[in-house]
Amino acid sequence: MKNKKRWLSLVLAAAMAATALTGCGKSSDDKSDSAGSDSKAEVFKIGGIGPITGDNAIYGKAVQNGIELAVKEINEAGGINGYQVETKFEDDESDPEKAVNAYNTLKDWGMQMLTGTVTSGPCEAVVSETYNDNMFQITPSGTSVNSVQYENAFRMCFSDPAQGTVSAQYIADHNLATKIAVIYNSSDTYSSGIYQNFAAEAKNQGLELVAEEAFTSESNKDFSVQLQKAKDAGAEMVFLPIYYQEASLILAKADEMGFAPLFFGCDGMDGILAMDNFDTSLAEGLMLLTPFSVNATDEATQNFVADFEEAYGGIPNQFAADAYDAVYVIKAAAEQADLTPDMSASDICDAMKTAMTEITYDGLTGKSITWGTDGEPSKEPIAVKIENGDYTIM
Amino acid sequence: MKKLSKTTKSNFITYGIVVAALIVGQVWANSGSMSSLLKGLLVPLCAYMILAVSLNLTVGILGELSLGHAGFMCVGAFSSALFSKMTMDSLPEGVRFLIAILIGALVAGIFGILIGIPVLRLRGDYLAIVTLAFGEIIKNVINAIYVGKDANGLHFSLKSVTELNMDPEGTILINGPQGISGTPKDSSFLAGMILLLIALIIILNLINSRAGRAIMSIRDNRIAAESVGINVTKYKMMAFSISAALAGVAGVLYAHNLSSLVASPKNFGYNMSIMILVFVVLGGIGNIRGSMIAAFILTLLPEMLRGLSDYRMLIYAIVLIVMMLFNWSAGGRRFKERVAEKFRGMRKGPAKEAK
Repeated sequence: MKNKKRWLSLVLAAAMAATALTGCGKSSDDKSDSAGSDSKAEVFKIGGIGPITGDNAIYGKAVQNGIELAVKEINEAGGINGYQVETKFEDDESDPEKAVNAYNTLKDWGMQMLTGTVTSGPCEAVVSETYNDNMFQITPSGTSVNSVQYENAFRMCFSDPAQGTVSAQYIADHNLATKIAVIYNSSDTYSSGIYQNFAAEAKNQGLELVAEEAFTSESNKDFSVQLQKAKDAGAEMVFLPIYYQEASLILAKADEMGFAPLFFGCDGMDGILAMDNFDTSLAEGLMLLTPFSVNATDEATQNFVADFEEAYGGIPNQFAADAYDAVYVIKAAAEQADLTPDMSASDICDAMKTAMTEITYDGLTGKSITWGTDGEPSKEPIAVKIENGDYTIM
Repeated sequence: MKKLSKTTKSNFITYGIVVAALIVGQVWANSGSMSSLLKGLLVPLCAYMILAVSLNLTVGILGELSLGHAGFMCVGAFSSALFSKMTMDSLPEGVRFLIAILIGALVAGIFGILIGIPVLRLRGDYLAIVTLAFGEIIKNVINAIYVGKDANGLHFSLKSVTELNMDPEGTILINGPQGISGTPKDSSFLAGMILLLIALIIILNLINSRAGRAIMSIRDNRIAAESVGINVTKYKMMAFSISAALAGVAGVLYAHNLSSLVASPKNFGYNMSIMILVFVVLGGIGNIRGSMIAAFILTLLPEMLRGLSDYRMLIYAIVLIVMMLFNWSAGGRRFKERVAEKFRGMRKGPAKEAK
């Protein structure tokens, strides 16, 4: 028995070692591949990083699909400057440590430009790595300020301050309400980032915050306490800088309590109508600031929605649109800078840094978008209101 | 050499493995043939190995199941990162990191004592549950802390950034759930391995000392230990706080390897605590070298499996189950006492046979 066990242990240890070694072998193979293709200089290699497992997997998956779709289209239309584009997407589980591992994996693959990462926390960790390596990075959806703190990094979406500030300004400019309650997720960087800036700007705009209620990712199922406080404080509007899963619960609970203020959300609210088992009548009258609306009537959006549905099934959300745009922005900047794939990642980055500030881009998530050297896009947010179960542009 | 006792020999084998790994790692990394992925993993590997050996002190040697180890790592990480961020411009890199390590260890050790006072009164499953709760409390409290610095000194709040009332020129050091960003990247493979070696020397020497034997006697039979005059509280506290301090050191390494530090459920929640426990259980409760190797393999494995893309997590889980089943083939691991005893039996068996 003892002997048997020892043999078994040997076999298993050998199997383990073999797995580990094949892992190594594979990565070194990839490396030689990339070296080979570098010298031949046939393709641009664009990497992507985001969570495709774990809690935030839907966002990562959307970005992955958005990148894939854009790259497919670009390749069919002849590529960038006549060169085909190759893409690879790595999982980061929305964890900074894993994101750096994913980034290093992509570097081994021979990545020249990075579209990522999807979530803010990992983005801050990765951006300091890309800065050290001088690798061009554009994040489709990393909203925190520090996500693009270096000159090599650019952003496709609005930043947290932009969203919080613009929301407060929008509410004040349109006289939507003066007594406002906020319910936000204090354990989430996106949500608390918007809240902080919304609170600061609300003060300037003369809006009164009557209740500021927090919840955490571990207690995001029952919102009766927060809503009751908002109701007792006489809030005319509830500002929800959160993602739509939690917002749907809040809307349902408020309806149950007979509490009917105005609800106002940010881009994380996008997708609420597509949610399974959600009574869309509850979202009636909900307003949100979003860069992208599936119901927009322009041709580009409609083509994108149709192609996306055909390729992946399901309606694309804002993350997919941001990612899709980000790839096309890379294309536009790369053409502006006359890039060729035989340049090193560092040379590409230097060229892209200048090119990014020179281009003007029309896409799904905004028209005539330009970038400053700080990496922030300047574009107009669109406010939409849900009417008759559909997004209507206000 | 013949005169060396068996334990001394075994200890030197452990040190030898670490030194060999250090040399191989350094040479390989400097030769330039190491992949970026592996290079990036060197420091996390050291941190996880330190965590595994430090938890083994509590679980294997003291015999108490702790599910809050990530909490101590979190304390060490945040206290040291805060220090490094504040002194980024005033201290040279080496000195700053050295002090950061000491601060991380000290603060985590103090938390170990503070939490140990109520927790070590409990036994068995109750202790496990309470440590789990404390781990979560630490994480959640850190998520609510806001610290800023401006010309008037430090500002502190538990509510929001606006409550800090800072000058516009002030910098925010800890921004609640957004954590600390811009920590200097001071960790290196060499520093990590040296810290691992120090952790091993501390733990292995403790085990083979008078205090270590007292700790193990408490594990084996508390009443008997008390009856021969061993101060149970003192020795329990000693093991628990050393274990916490070493976890704090691992936290320092972790924090100074990434530029953004966020206390998310993923890296400092119970998921991480259980991950560390998995290292310990898989490598062998009470087996320091085993837990170190288990931490090494289990940290490397999911990254090496990246080539399998979508099946990565599935395969990782299967490998984990297979390894667990193999290690504990005779039955499930139900209560840690049963498991610990069984393992000790298994370990003694082959050792006798080898003679």
